[in-house]
Amino acid sequence: MVDSLGIVASAGGFGLVYGLSARAAGFSPLEASAMSVIVFAGASQFAAVGYVLGGFSWAGIVFLTAFINARHLLYSAGLAPYLDNRPRWLRAVMAHFTTDDTFALAVSHFRRIGRADAPGYWWAAIGVTFIPWNVATIAGVLLGGSIPEPARFGLDVIFPAAMFGLAVGLVTGRRELVAAIVGAVIAVGVSLAWDPAAGLLAGGLFGPLAGLATRPGPQDRHYEAEIVFGPRPPE
Amino acid sequence: MSAALIPLAILMGLVTYPWRVIPLLAPGMHRLPPMVQTYIRLVGPAILASLAAVNTMVVLDAARHPSFHVGVEWLAVGLCALVVVAHRGLLTGLVLAASLVAVLRAAGLAPLP
Repeated sequence: MVDSLGIVASAGGFGLVYGLSARAAGFSPLEASAMSVIVFAGASQFAAVGYVLGGFSWAGIVFLTAFINARHLLYSAGLAPYLDNRPRWLRAVMAHFTTDDTFALAVSHFRRIGRADAPGYWWAAIGVTFIPWNVATIAGVLLGGSIPEPARFGLDVIFPAAMFGLAVGLVTGRRELVAAIVGAVIAVGVSLAWDPAAGLLAGGLFGPLAGLATRPGPQDRHYEAEIVFGPRPPE
Repeated sequence: MSAALIPLAILMGLVTYPWRVIPLLAPGMHRLPPMVQTYIRLVGPAILASLAAVNTMVVLDAARHPSFHVGVEWLAVGLCALVVVAHRGLLTGLVLAASLVAVLRAAGLAPLP
């Protein structure tokens, strides 16, 4: 329950910032909310705000969204052994609500009690993540629309600061650090030499390759076990 | 109220859902080679860092020509990262970053974008 409250605060905070960023990029409340309901994947939604602001093509945005959200494959893979005796239609519905936060809460709960727990999953997915994220999105986009000159309040730096903060939060080992640094350097270089859209694509494609070429540290190995089998329950 | 971006949201949802549902519905599909799993895991930090760097360091002029940018945004993004590293929370970092920029702009020490 304490973990859940932390996630509620986190989802609410991020949702608010997403709403503010989306509004600053010209999204209407309806568009920002539709993205939060239909996509329901924070990092790619933040990225889409930046892409729309940068005038990217929809094809490029959709491709990069698929690329960013590929990690959900790992989360669903972690949940699959627990949920394989549930009806297929129910698993298909559950899938939409699989996010970073839902995965972390649900798998640690399942491991703690030693079995799948559907009410526990729905609590993590809907009560802790989906509802706070969507309510905060609406609050953020309405609040953002009521501020006449967002840059005066520094709101234009929220997007890059949020992206960097999220990236820092994902750096749990040497390989992530190398992937992030190399990705950023390549992205800026290609953006300056050619175009920001190409820069982002190049950074996202080649940064991970640099990370793969790096010898993993102890943290990397621990994390790889977690992503497949779920976080360890508290001692 | 504009709804022009809703089809984009639907397309984004359509390319996100398969990643979420395939391992749950197709037994064995989740057994990816370790190298592919690691690559997928590294995409997140790489693309988020790329987004942050490009949005902080590259600006486009009216003709969409890119140029390197140095400004108060660097300080704000760095401050936010420090706050996250110090485990004070991203939201706190964002509030401090925006506040720093707002104060410097109000004092005339940094231009509006």
